[in-house]
Amino acid sequence: MNRRMVLYTVGTVIKIEAALMLLPTICALIYKESCVKALLISIALSLAAGFALTLISRPGNKVIYAREGFITVALAWIALSAFGALPFYISGEIPSYIDAFFETVSGFTTTGASILGNVEAMSRGLLFWRSFTHWIGGMGVLVFIMAIIPSLSDRSIHLLRAEVPGPIVGKLVPRIKQTTRILYIIYMALTAIMFFLLLAGGMPVFDSIVHSIGTAGTGGFGIKADSVGSYSPYIQWVITIFMLIFGVNFNIYYLIILKKFKPAFKSAELWFYLGVVAASTVTIAVNVAPMFGNLSETVRHSAFQVATVISTTGFSTVDFNQWPALSKTVLFLLMFTGGCAGSTAGGFKLTRVFILLKNIKRELKKLLHPRSVNALKYEGKRLDENTVGSVGTYLSIYAFFLCGILLLLSFEPFDFETNVTATVACFNNIGPGFGAVGPAASFAEYSPFGKILLSFAMLFGRLEIYPLFIAFSPSTWIKK
Amino acid sequence: MDIIVAGCGKIGSSLVQTLEKEGHNLTIIDASAEVITEMTNIYDVMGVCGSATDCETLLEAGVDNARLFIAVTDSDELNMLSCYIAKKMGAHHTVARIRNPEYNDRSLGFLREQLNISMAINPELLLAQELYNLLRLPSAFKVEYFARRTLEMIEIRLKEDSTLCNKKLFKLREKQDLQFLIGAVLRQGELIIPDGNFELKAGDIISLTAAPGDMQKLLKNLGMLKKESRNIMLMGGGKTSYYLAKQLLSSGCNVKIIEQKEDRCLALSEALSDAVLIHGDGTRQELLLEEGLRSHDAFVTLTGMDEENILTGLFASGQNVPQVIAKVNRKELASMAEKLGLDCTLSTKTITSDIVLRYVRALENSRGSNIETLYKIMDGTAEALEFNVNPDSAVIGIPLKDLKIKSGILIAGIIHSEKKAVIPGGNDSIANGDKVIVLAADRRLSDLDDILR
Repeated sequence: MNRRMVLYTVGTVIKIEAALMLLPTICALIYKESCVKALLISIALSLAAGFALTLISRPGNKVIYAREGFITVALAWIALSAFGALPFYISGEIPSYIDAFFETVSGFTTTGASILGNVEAMSRGLLFWRSFTHWIGGMGVLVFIMAIIPSLSDRSIHLLRAEVPGPIVGKLVPRIKQTTRILYIIYMALTAIMFFLLLAGGMPVFDSIVHSIGTAGTGGFGIKADSVGSYSPYIQWVITIFMLIFGVNFNIYYLIILKKFKPAFKSAELWFYLGVVAASTVTIAVNVAPMFGNLSETVRHSAFQVATVISTTGFSTVDFNQWPALSKTVLFLLMFTGGCAGSTAGGFKLTRVFILLKNIKRELKKLLHPRSVNALKYEGKRLDENTVGSVGTYLSIYAFFLCGILLLLSFEPFDFETNVTATVACFNNIGPGFGAVGPAASFAEYSPFGKILLSFAMLFGRLEIYPLFIAFSPSTWIKK
Repeated sequence: MDIIVAGCGKIGSSLVQTLEKEGHNLTIIDASAEVITEMTNIYDVMGVCGSATDCETLLEAGVDNARLFIAVTDSDELNMLSCYIAKKMGAHHTVARIRNPEYNDRSLGFLREQLNISMAINPELLLAQELYNLLRLPSAFKVEYFARRTLEMIEIRLKEDSTLCNKKLFKLREKQDLQFLIGAVLRQGELIIPDGNFELKAGDIISLTAAPGDMQKLLKNLGMLKKESRNIMLMGGGKTSYYLAKQLLSSGCNVKIIEQKEDRCLALSEALSDAVLIHGDGTRQELLLEEGLRSHDAFVTLTGMDEENILTGLFASGQNVPQVIAKVNRKELASMAEKLGLDCTLSTKTITSDIVLRYVRALENSRGSNIETLYKIMDGTAEALEFNVNPDSAVIGIPLKDLKIKSGILIAGIIHSEKKAVIPGGNDSIANGDKVIVLAADRRLSDLDDILR
């Protein structure tokens, strides 16, 4: 294995993170806050570690294979979280390092689960950094590095595959660098549009920035105790729509930019996604109608909650923990599906659900007509049988992991609903669950063991299990 | 430049490798998803799975904006058809691999014109030409011609007993009354552009440039001239054998072809009435000896199997056949064969990449093509290019010693308009209408003015 190249890339990631920490530092300087010192110390420490790693590794051979891709991504994300937690810890605003680590992992994995009891007491510089981690983690930090650094490694497609979620990772244009640039440009443009729309609705500048970057990464860290409940209906609608937008496969936006509207709007996955959103919203709206006075409020809250869960964002406008069982069940199920592949959303991914459903249909047909041969088609193309198989495998490994984490988490003194939804919400990168981890509560009550467990659940969920699984399995490291 | 390569077999993948390294944006089309996955894993290219004649597939690959469309699938007909469609859909230039002798011998010009194909490549024919050159000059293991054979560049390996060993270059030049240039030396895989004080050693591979007449005399003076091969045995009766035999027969050589399949033997014997066709397994040593292997001047192995070619070639070397050449398509096998003592291996892949690369460089050059030929020499570590000199070139009329030329670049020859080849010294200068041969290490040139700092 090319260990030097792995270390070198991880070192580069830490250096880039140090550079990215300059933004919250500027923010803190603008508001003249004391967290500047903590940020600067963190930058210095990250830079030192980053340079140390790149200097000791100095790879001669830049070729990497799938194995190095997985391990690099796994280690890079752990390092990213470990160093990203420093500002919170050094400033003393989150006194425990484990809490700070949990909060940072939750940020980078775009989960949005928080251990903070009183968000409004945090300094603005760190609040910005907290939400900015969503933005960085949403599209992926290695994708970002590939967009700006010329030839990070030979065959960086393996890094792209390991970091970008979804069953099929393709390129938009021949060169990886161009592809990642296009993705980031779309990402930035959409974030900017959202920022201006929020600003136009009378939201303060700082709040607009934090909410637009938090939505873009489908993260969901709020800066108010009631998340976005106290903002105007217009703002809530803007956030709803943009949460849905960031849950769509970015390839579709690229097709729209190229003015290829026909293939863009013929995407079966897109319509499946919108259909699920519409059906869930209607169901919930009917179910919760008695709780709200008028129709517009009912629809707004239903749509917001559906969007926040299916896009795995985790903002909330109401405490849906108080909603009737049917609505909670629908939301609980949406926690699993997640958004489309190639978006910033987490979860199991609707794309996979879609492929599995088609496969079930085919298998049923095969029971009736044992000799029939049916090709699975997806977006107008025949799907490779290997891909179909790997989706099935992913479902089983996904289920096993979920059960394992749940079992371990059950050592914590909480009720069943809390533990189940905490596991599901973290593993699928949503954020709030039900019960004691509902939108109005936080994860602060969990023991350090529970927090570390959930931190890794979030990482496993964001990177789709395999990278960390491979990095942690002994057979990867033991030479045979 | 946006380039589409349809078909990722041997030739296709070697083209992808070369062109990706040159920094072009490549999209590949292949019918097999596995091939696409494999290729996109190794190279930074986009893959589209489908048929190269399907408009939808071509559109997905971005044919409407492609500067160049290269069709190198297995089938000539598919290549021609897909080039035609691609051209109609907006590709600026198209290149098709057409290797069937029926097309090449008779209807190629007509087809190219009617289908609007910018260039037809026939790797087997190119390989046959290169083999022919080598058989004419057995001392070299690579021969390249420039400006319609007014200048030639050969590569030779220095043996222990060579008179060139341990001599300084300027002394060599003093001794000989001939115009020649040792432009590059490959020592243990490392390329050196030598100066006058450079000392040659046994085992070096040197690149020699001279006019053909001078080259013969020079090799003779140095005691390295081997006589031209007249009796030649070919193993394998594929397309390359056909093209090669045809050329050899027309220049009066005796050709014996050994081929396993009877109907193929019959077809060849119909097409090449002067050749001797032997029906049998060429890997059987008994058969080779029976057919008089030892009395032949040259033995060329051209079957589809690299391993067979190498092993049979080694056997022939052991039987003291003066010149043995093996077709080896896989590069890693070629270097192993070299270690085993098989001096000369050739591959269709490198020859084809050279041709396509030259075409692409010429396209890149905004002022229109002025690259006449391009060869990758010295095991691919350097390039030899022939440029036409344009009237507005910055190098005209200045003595070479006053030109500020980039490092790693050498002007190996100037061919004046009156067909006079000169191996230039510091006082020579380039004139309008000349052809200039440039040796470039680690550098890609697409225009003659690129050589200037």
